[in-house]
Amino acid sequence: MDFNHSEDRQMLADTLARYLQQRYPTGVRHKISSSDTGWSSEHWSALAELGVVGALFPEEAGGFGGSGFDIAAVFEQFGKALVVEPFLGTLLAGRILSKVQGQKQLLEEVIAGTVPLAFAHEEPQSRYDLAQVAVRAEQNGGVWTLSGCKAVVPQLEAANQILVSARIAGTPGEESGIGLFLTDVASSGSQVRGYPLVDGGRGGELILAGSRATLIAENGYSLIEDAVATGLVALSWEAIGVMDVLKAATLDYLRTRKQFGVPIGKFQALQHRMANMSLEIEQARSAGINAAAALDETRVARERAVSAAKFTIGRVGTLVAEEAIQLHGGIGMTWELPLSHYAKRLTMIGHQLGDEDHHLDRFVALGRVA
Amino acid sequence: MDLRFAPEEEAFREEVRTFLKEKLPTRIAEKVRQGKRLTKQDHETWHAILNERGWLANHWPKEYGGPGWSVAQAYIFDVETALAHAPRIIPFAVSMLGPVLIKYGSEAQKSHWLPRILDGTDWWCQGYSEPGSGSDLASLKTSAVRDGDHYIVNGQKTWTTLAQHANMIFCLVRTSTTGKKQEGISFLLIDMNTPGVEVRPIVLLDGEREVNEVFFTDVRVPVANLVGEENKGWTYAKYLLTYERTNIAGVGGSMAAFKELQRIAATERKNGKPLAEDPLFAARLARLEIDLENMKTTNLRVLAASGGGAASLEFSAMLKIRGTEIRQEITSLTRRALGPYAQPFISEALDEGFNGEPVGPEYAASAAVDYFNNRKLSIFGGSNEVQREIITKAILEL
Repeated sequence: MDFNHSEDRQMLADTLARYLQQRYPTGVRHKISSSDTGWSSEHWSALAELGVVGALFPEEAGGFGGSGFDIAAVFEQFGKALVVEPFLGTLLAGRILSKVQGQKQLLEEVIAGTVPLAFAHEEPQSRYDLAQVAVRAEQNGGVWTLSGCKAVVPQLEAANQILVSARIAGTPGEESGIGLFLTDVASSGSQVRGYPLVDGGRGGELILAGSRATLIAENGYSLIEDAVATGLVALSWEAIGVMDVLKAATLDYLRTRKQFGVPIGKFQALQHRMANMSLEIEQARSAGINAAAALDETRVARERAVSAAKFTIGRVGTLVAEEAIQLHGGIGMTWELPLSHYAKRLTMIGHQLGDEDHHLDRFVALGRVA
Repeated sequence: MDLRFAPEEEAFREEVRTFLKEKLPTRIAEKVRQGKRLTKQDHETWHAILNERGWLANHWPKEYGGPGWSVAQAYIFDVETALAHAPRIIPFAVSMLGPVLIKYGSEAQKSHWLPRILDGTDWWCQGYSEPGSGSDLASLKTSAVRDGDHYIVNGQKTWTTLAQHANMIFCLVRTSTTGKKQEGISFLLIDMNTPGVEVRPIVLLDGEREVNEVFFTDVRVPVANLVGEENKGWTYAKYLLTYERTNIAGVGGSMAAFKELQRIAATERKNGKPLAEDPLFAARLARLEIDLENMKTTNLRVLAASGGGAASLEFSAMLKIRGTEIRQEITSLTRRALGPYAQPFISEALDEGFNGEPVGPEYAASAAVDYFNNRKLSIFGGSNEVQREIITKAILEL
């Protein structure tokens, strides 16, 4: 048993934390998140140069990490600084590229920081179910075209290459018959409808109308599941980073804000809420550790651990966000206080890759298989 | 990070399992599994078996008869014995008094009392709580007044677990009423056969006699039975508590109880299907399983960070709260799983050798009793509200 990061991994986390503290403070982050693009190519390149993208992928794929704990260490720091850059899509799509033939060169460019990726899998009606793919893929004279719509893809506009899932055979809900395709918005004839997100940055709908794409894998369901597992580890640890910031800020406020002549942290009603919050955050951290450790396990063990983690993060995340705002009182409702933005991000993490109900249901179903 | 146990730790797990298979009497394990009453004899039998292997006082140093285990080994032992339905080791002598004597006792006290704990000569109980003190332990009033070579003890202890079996009690007594209330307390060993000691049962809501009141009327206790220095008892009492904290989450017991709950949920039926497949019950079970998995990892994190010493107050308070909440939820779901059959109460069915016809499934006899009995978990050992105060003090620094 060892609950410490390796020296190399800790060093990367420290370097990343320092960079974000100095170059990506709240003011800068807000400017980026509210800009027309919703991300920063300058910071993206700088972070890639620091090795942050490389840390998400294994050596065989040209990176130097790729384990659950590498992903955890990096995304925890993203949470602490509310980073909006297109890392999640790059992780998910890159994970798939690293597992198929013939994509080594593209992945090298991704790791070098020249090509951010997006993963367009969810659809307006899929509601987190990975097999609910309705976008159709058709082949004519050796050329694949896609038709349909992909929903709320984070940082869709930032991506040079988009990984899209589409049905080659079967009907929505079936795990077989889902192909994976690469498409380039500029040359494929697809449309992007971009929009801002409530927690910062941008997302988009991808409208495919006979858009050209390159097939990279047939029957890609297990690749999708595996990639989403890494995404769940990433989101869980981003949430843990966010929760630590919310806890520290709330503690600080309880110590300094006075009412009735004493710091409000003297009041037992508030103390017990704070104690609960801190206990629950430790449970969430344990869930995140379990999920990161399970990425290399067999499918059912892995999927149960990541679903357990996302369920826990969803449940605890909502609690921590709501309590942090409540304990701050009116000031917690203001745009000016960074806390409110952390609370928004934490809550919205619950809406990515499956909420707590979805993952509890999944945990139960997987238990029947185990 | 690496959550796996080392190969030598896994080998140790096998050693414990083999030992349990060979030495744990099936008769006793079955009683534990079915939630039946254990007799004093059952406990003594199991203690003797463990002592023969040198595993009874498993966190004592080697020189006093402990096995010299690592934190991980002690954890593995706790989990494996619980999963095998071994009785829990009665903690008062082995886990509480023993470490205090080893750290603060005189040579004479150590050489006299420690071997008697190991071979079962003495059965100890703990005299801490008093009427009206609750979790405010330092408010205790039982007095010990020096009279030559003796202390004269007067007062009352309460909630004294299994005092009906005990011949010895270790007590916190007040030896000074001046200054801070924590600074006038001493740690005294009292023979319960001394004139003036009286034990009266307190029947709990489940109808069981588990705890007692202990009355002291002019009880003469030799000064040689004072542990450490007079008025320093609070320090020893706190040490005793930190020593128990690393196992405070009760992970092994909860794992065993959860497995039993899963078995029941797979057996009971609703709408013609196993209860485990009912969406609402399945969701309750799943939430509990996830909470338990998270707590297991939190517990291991605390153990790893403690490096064999005491866990931090804040973290052990978290483990106490969550560990007891989880155990209570397990007993709650077990009770719910039985539906109407949680209601019948055949007290004799909890005794070994009951030949009557059970009402409902065999596992129903103890479910509601266990549920009610386990309400104690969030009350004793410092109520969960008091634990929240501890977390507050540690993190708020107010």
